[in-house]
Amino acid sequence: MKKRLATMAVAAVMAAGPVMADLVFPSLSYRTGAYAAGGIPFADGYADYFTLLNERDGGIGGVMTKVPECETAYNTEKGVECYESLKDSGGLVYQPLSTGITYQLIPKMTADDIPLHTMGYGRTSAANGKVFSHVFNYPANYWNGASVIVNHLLEQNGGDMKGKKVALVYHNSAFGKEPIRTLEELSAKHGYELSLLPVDHPGQEQKSQWLQIRRDKPDYVIMYGWGVMNQVAIQEAANIRFPMENFIGIWWSGAEHDVMPAGEAANGYKAVTFHAVGDDFPVFDDIRKYVVDKGLAAGAGDQVGKVVYNRGLYAAMLAAEAAKKAQEIHGTAQITPSMMRDGMEALEITEERMAELGMPNFGPSFSVSCENHGGDGLGAITQWDAAAGEWKMISEFGPSDMDVIQPLIIEDSEAFAAESNIEQRCN
Amino acid sequence: MPEQLVYAMEVFLNGLMAGVLYALVALGFVLIYKASGIFNYAQGVMALFAALTLVGVMEGQVPFSHLINAIFGTDIHHFGWHLPAIVGIVVTILVMIGLAWMVQKFVFKHLVGQEPIILFMATIGLAYFLEGVGDIMWGSDIKKLDVGLPQGINTWIDESTFKVFDYGFFIDNLDIFATLIAAILVIGLVIFSQYSKQGRAMRAVADDHQAALSVGINLNFIWVMVWSLAGFVALVAGIMWGTKSGVQFSLSLIALKALPVLMLGGFTSIPGAIVGGLIIGVGEKLFEFAIGPMVGGATENWFAYVLALIFLVFRPQGLFGEKIIERV
Repeated sequence: MKKRLATMAVAAVMAAGPVMADLVFPSLSYRTGAYAAGGIPFADGYADYFTLLNERDGGIGGVMTKVPECETAYNTEKGVECYESLKDSGGLVYQPLSTGITYQLIPKMTADDIPLHTMGYGRTSAANGKVFSHVFNYPANYWNGASVIVNHLLEQNGGDMKGKKVALVYHNSAFGKEPIRTLEELSAKHGYELSLLPVDHPGQEQKSQWLQIRRDKPDYVIMYGWGVMNQVAIQEAANIRFPMENFIGIWWSGAEHDVMPAGEAANGYKAVTFHAVGDDFPVFDDIRKYVVDKGLAAGAGDQVGKVVYNRGLYAAMLAAEAAKKAQEIHGTAQITPSMMRDGMEALEITEERMAELGMPNFGPSFSVSCENHGGDGLGAITQWDAAAGEWKMISEFGPSDMDVIQPLIIEDSEAFAAESNIEQRCN
Repeated sequence: MPEQLVYAMEVFLNGLMAGVLYALVALGFVLIYKASGIFNYAQGVMALFAALTLVGVMEGQVPFSHLINAIFGTDIHHFGWHLPAIVGIVVTILVMIGLAWMVQKFVFKHLVGQEPIILFMATIGLAYFLEGVGDIMWGSDIKKLDVGLPQGINTWIDESTFKVFDYGFFIDNLDIFATLIAAILVIGLVIFSQYSKQGRAMRAVADDHQAALSVGINLNFIWVMVWSLAGFVALVAGIMWGTKSGVQFSLSLIALKALPVLMLGGFTSIPGAIVGGLIIGVGEKLFEFAIGPMVGGATENWFAYVLALIFLVFRPQGLFGEKIIERV
């Protein structure tokens, strides 16, 4: 009897074949709290893309994907707790969607040999792969964003910004202060006059800043805002009749929920972006067919095609492509976080590949290397059309001024390396 | 007249207007503290909840629709109507009265006689509970609130001041409207508390719960009434702030703006909330205008507290607060 049972057990195990563990892409989301309006669409886009891969392609390289969510409420302590609680799940890459959480996770994840992707946020100088081995911020960072905005202004002024006045309205935090140095360097280079107007968290009261703008009459206002600060700033700009086409936000100030409360008055407001807006791409047909129509959409399924949803979708696509690259490099479908890091470092996104994925021109072409974890730093300008109720691309993806940005990246990252005793790599 | 002085006058006027908006939030705190000795941590969330309910009712949003759809597999989101603002406001007032009744029935009735810190902790719990219920009930997306209030620069003031100073002052129409509403609200509340039977009962309860009970005042009714009034004030504050920024969950943080006002004006005085709001509003705006540029700006949040603390040194009970004398 015992012999028969043992034989049956062995046969059952052999019949089952090798069991493949899922590829885990944890989502540190914030669906609650003051910043939920931005957190929900990103989390939905991120989850929906992996659901699409599972339903349409059978996962990545034949291995199904899994997206465990942990609610951070955009709170740094909770974000770190989420990372610690999910660490044993085998998460391949973490995207905390918060600069505060990013700063806390950089040393932890480097020690744990797990990669961190902070797309368009986080520590900008992490683009230097020689110092930040496990942090990636491709395809663009805050400094690229500032430079692309200035390039747009240069284009509008026939390449000459001398004598022009530019005001930066920024969230008075590490995030909001990020572009100051870059804008100062660009001001010295192009001859515009820069004034700085910090807004304290959360930014519900900005009367002083906008009265000052009304008095100083800057030609352009650049905004690095997040949360309620964005809606209030756009409303205040409308109140003082500042021309909306001269008001340009960073990508975290350029979503539908930022402009909707101001209604018609927000028409013409602009924002820089590193990915396309709208849902006129073949991938959205697949999202609807394989995810939404099957009732598998994350959240309420009502965010498809919104700006921040697209950002989440794009982040997921880049993670999936890096995972494929890691599978190629290591010759196994069952990759580890360390292998994933290698895949991210060898990632190359081409126009052809984007078209194959149903996302032609959805984002810029770029490549990552050991030295460069930030990609090529391209960006485009979008503009809000209040009548149509949608954001529209008004420029192609264009370069940022790396002659100005790269020395800043090197300076900041090398200072970090010196104070943290980090030996530089890629030699 | 020197240019800077003209600008300072504009800043002063805008400070007054901002102060009124702070005072609107502070009023809710004062009402509850005055009648029950409870520092209501949930006042900011009540403003959020009221504004969420108002938009939800006006737009015909089905409450708890995500939950209903998830449980029953349905796909309902809207009733299909768009109600006038006045109907939405009336329904929201009824909801806030219902909320007041539930708060009294399920929370504070069971905490009679407890230490103030226990009651304060209960309001912290209430704040988180209400925020969660608001999220499940109405969703966490940002909602546009339009009850027909005017917004944008007041052109009459702009043109009139331009003729005098060669510089047109900016005053937001919404702020002017908020000032009118606040004035009506304060006059109404003062008349109510001084001359109505319920108002006098409320003041009696505030003075001494036990004595009020002994003369036949229904403590439960008074507390429900006070929480309802605070709910109404929260709705007014929610409308004003929600019109500026859209109705979103950070609306609950407006309570932070009320704290220095309360410290300065006193926790028990309705006129104190208004005067405190005006002093804080003007003080922080003028400081930001005059000193802000020298110290990197963004001084308003911390300066409001510094200003309140300076007043506290000289009047610990606040400008209009009751002086507490304890005999040993």
